[in-house]
Amino acid sequence: MEIEKKLIKKASLEKLFEKLQAKGNKIFAPVSKDGKTEFQYNPSYAEVTYDHIQTTQSLKNTVFPKIENLIRFKTDRSGVEVTEVDLTQVQSLVLWGVHPCDAAGFNALKSIFMWDYKDEYFNSRLQKIAVIGLSCHKSDDNCFCTSVGLNPGGTQGCDILLTKLSSGDFLAEIITEKGKAIVTEASELFETAPSETKEGNLAQVNQQFSHEKVTKNLAGAFEHPFWVENSLRCIGCGACAFVCPACACFDIQDETKGKNGKRLRCWDSCGFGLFTIHTSGHNPREVQSQRWRQRILHKFSYMPERNESLGCIGCGRCSRACPVDMNILEQLVSLEKL
Amino acid sequence: MSEFEPKIVAFVCNWCTYAGADLTGTSRIKYAANVKIIRFPCTGRIDFMLLMKAFQNGADGIIVSGCHPNDCHYSSGNFHAKRRWMVFRELLDYMGVDIERITFSWVSAAEGARWAEIVNTTTDKLRKLGPYTNYQNLVKSGIEEEL
Amino acid sequence: MESIRKKAKELLDSKQVQVIIGYENGTSNKVRAAFITDPTQVDRLIYDERCTQNLAVYLVKHEVKHLGKMGIVATIPVMRTINMLISEEQVKPENVVVLGIGEDGKLLDFPDLTVMESFLQKAKIEITAKDKEAMEKLKKMTTQEKFDYWSNALETCFKCYACRSSCPLCYCTRCAVECNQPQWIPVQANKNGNYEWHMLRAMHLAGRCVSCGDCGRACPLDIPVHLLTMHMAEESKRLFGVDSGFSMKMESVLSNYKLDDKDNFIQ
Repeated sequence: MEIEKKLIKKASLEKLFEKLQAKGNKIFAPVSKDGKTEFQYNPSYAEVTYDHIQTTQSLKNTVFPKIENLIRFKTDRSGVEVTEVDLTQVQSLVLWGVHPCDAAGFNALKSIFMWDYKDEYFNSRLQKIAVIGLSCHKSDDNCFCTSVGLNPGGTQGCDILLTKLSSGDFLAEIITEKGKAIVTEASELFETAPSETKEGNLAQVNQQFSHEKVTKNLAGAFEHPFWVENSLRCIGCGACAFVCPACACFDIQDETKGKNGKRLRCWDSCGFGLFTIHTSGHNPREVQSQRWRQRILHKFSYMPERNESLGCIGCGRCSRACPVDMNILEQLVSLEKL
Repeated sequence: MSEFEPKIVAFVCNWCTYAGADLTGTSRIKYAANVKIIRFPCTGRIDFMLLMKAFQNGADGIIVSGCHPNDCHYSSGNFHAKRRWMVFRELLDYMGVDIERITFSWVSAAEGARWAEIVNTTTDKLRKLGPYTNYQNLVKSGIEEEL
Repeated sequence: MESIRKKAKELLDSKQVQVIIGYENGTSNKVRAAFITDPTQVDRLIYDERCTQNLAVYLVKHEVKHLGKMGIVATIPVMRTINMLISEEQVKPENVVVLGIGEDGKLLDFPDLTVMESFLQKAKIEITAKDKEAMEKLKKMTTQEKFDYWSNALETCFKCYACRSSCPLCYCTRCAVECNQPQWIPVQANKNGNYEWHMLRAMHLAGRCVSCGDCGRACPLDIPVHLLTMHMAEESKRLFGVDSGFSMKMESVLSNYKLDDKDNFIQ
């Protein structure tokens, strides 16, 4: 579908939000509180922020929840009775004010969950979300979307992309049929597109490395001393993986109470020592540098090779969340020069 | 009075309180049927998380009981347990768990009547306090994850 | 700062240590841990008020230990942690040289660890005014308010275990939270699972926590989890009169007992 451009006035944007809410849509939008911004379910319009650089947590929770109930089971003498989760009950959800990097993050997840095996749980949630993007007009030194092939006004993954113009009104780009349906239902709020383009209203994020070069270098860098030298300070927590919009590793655990139980899919992180440990006690990734290497290789070598997608969208969340300053951008810049 | 009957889990040691409770029975002393006794080798063996397991599984109150000081079958298990409870009570209180719902006691193998009294007073207290809905809601809030 | 660099160079040059664990400038005006093995690199070392990470966490890290004898830049909480790790036999005193930093930010001269020990006997425990205030506020709450506060504050936790990983005293290779036979803690990172996980963490650190506050600083979601362990530190001081980490021969609070421990709560 060809991208259609329209104008939506600041006041009309509020009306659009309220209209979507009034129709019974659940909305997930960024709200700032105590200096931190996080997406929140059904905030009032006044609470929604348009000025944040990045939320601490990503949006992956909406399609890949931190805990997903896969099945329920019951055991008795005659055997095991399994109840499937009714995925038709998944509610539709409007994601509001999503930065272009986050919108592209869904594609990275899709390349994993919809790869050789089509994951129903992921897919039924993905079908139900509508993404209303918001171009970035601010960035910080952890942002590097332009280095991974994205940009602050990118439309990838969005159904509608809004860009704040100099007047304070918004340029709306309608990208998909889903986006078009939203606009059609509220056509009175949209006006003819202005002549002002979005390009002048975007954050300036300079390209700092070439990801193709990084991928190329990684192919021969498995045994390089770089990994040990640069990860001695890594303490092996999962903060980076849990805030990452593209990290998709999970662990399946059964939780039982008496004869009933459920099978859960929980977020996991390759940074944890327990991630690879075998029952025998042997751990193929015995030390933290090997786990850190895995994290980078997975995102910049294995995923481009197998899934035809990078496992990183340059949002910089991991660098901001890391308690010991394992800055991924800094390391990628060094890896490009390796 | 209300119809509410509290569920009480008692964690007791094998050598003193369990034998004491046995004596209560053989002495034909009646006591509240609200209590479910779980026998341990020693109070020193009772991990603090077991208490939370009891609350998690719907207990409204808990009794922890073992040998009187200096009477421990393993000589010091109850002293270790005492320290653990001293510390754990402070943590529970700080995190907002109602420590009134947990009774600690020493009951020897000869104190059958005392065991009945402890169970009865604890049951009465919990009848007044009502069900531990706070914790039960906390547990419930996690069971049905939103789709 | 100069004195730290000088001392570090001296230790590396004379091969008394093979690595210096200190602080260096990181990205975005942050500081981070530096591991200096080459004496010509000591100028990377810095020290200022941003340097709050408890570096003792690296004393038990396999890959760092592997480098050889360690020199460590240590503020008061870090020195206390070193004492704790020695009393719990996680660190051998002969493997560590401490570059102590006093309250005034100046380098302290410790010819050996016993001098550090006697310095610590007189040192003050500093909890920030903000933490003190938060703890006071919590203590004044009713049981219901405390329960609501913690169950809500911990609800957002996604169990990334940054609190656990950043803590030098959480050195177990297999944590009880990951134990699933029996399952102590609900697997789920929901209200209940999180509440019990943080309870377990605080209890396992009771009488051991040195109140460095690193767990709270490490939390990517800014949950004040350090208030739990700090409270336990305060309570074990009140109940047993011991401050953790003031000696290399600490008797662990929960694996010892006294005949006169108070038992007024026991019927």
